[in-house]
Amino acid sequence: MIARALPLIFAVCWATVAVAIDTTRLPDPVLQARYEALTHELRCMQCQNQSIADSPVGLAADLRREVAEQLTAGKSDDAVREYMAARYGDFILFRPRVSARTAWLWSLPGLLLIGGAVVAWRIVRRRSAMAANDPDFNSDDLER
Amino acid sequence: MNRFLLPLAAFVLLAIVLAIGIRQSNTKGIVVSPLIGRAAPEFVLPNLLDATKRFDSRAMKGRWYALNVWGTWCIECRVEHEVLVAARQEAKLPIVGLNWKDEDTEARAWLAQLGNPYEAVPVDAEGRVAIDYGVYGAPETFLIDPRGVIVYKRIGPMTPEIWQREFVQRAAGAS
Repeated sequence: MIARALPLIFAVCWATVAVAIDTTRLPDPVLQARYEALTHELRCMQCQNQSIADSPVGLAADLRREVAEQLTAGKSDDAVREYMAARYGDFILFRPRVSARTAWLWSLPGLLLIGGAVVAWRIVRRRSAMAANDPDFNSDDLER
Repeated sequence: MNRFLLPLAAFVLLAIVLAIGIRQSNTKGIVVSPLIGRAAPEFVLPNLLDATKRFDSRAMKGRWYALNVWGTWCIECRVEHEVLVAARQEAKLPIVGLNWKDEDTEARAWLAQLGNPYEAVPVDAEGRVAIDYGVYGAPETFLIDPRGVIVYKRIGPMTPEIWQREFVQRAAGAS
């Protein structure tokens, strides 16, 4: 009985926590959407694996207040990111900026994809060459 | 031959990446401040020790000093406190204690009970100055040179060794 109720208990507890952390409501729904997006991509420096939107610690609340104030004052999203990174370093940004230091990070998936495609293409070509040159070769061999 | 070369190269590359990760694992969670080498943000805040005057960070220009971020709610601050008190008695480098998001009465009681290592105690009740300094967990201690540039930052409790090596000697060596 208790085991069956456990997921429900968890869900209820989690829901209360999720609601309790950030109750900020900006008057303008567009600002509110930008505020929510930004606070979800800024790292809570104290807990480090949460965003400032999810974190209950005091510093996260201070940083949320800062984001809300700056957006209300008419600053752009990039200006807010710049403000945070100037104080806490790029580490505070969950989405790293493209720079000389992070170029490898952004280009690696593409390079790996190209590398994989080249390897796959070579295997396919070798196999088809093998099949074409060998009169005894039949498709059963592939299933060994 | 070629069959083994590529996997071997991949393995060596992976081993190097993991080795770097292991070597850096003890400083994991410590974030290098982008403010080192930059001008320390200026601020004016109420002074915990003297209600009649506000503390202006520009008053420290021309001297080396340490800016220590603390609060009575911070357990590690209690750990480092006696190191700071000893440092004040040694009187080689003044310490300014930024009281971060704290209660004034509790902060005064703490200093009365454990001793006051600070030349001045600016009160950052809203945590705005701490944000300007990129503070993310007390205690943190900045070394600031006579031009007002941040030279070094210690994250975590002060020890006598770090105080001597990174703070006192840097200040003495450069001036």
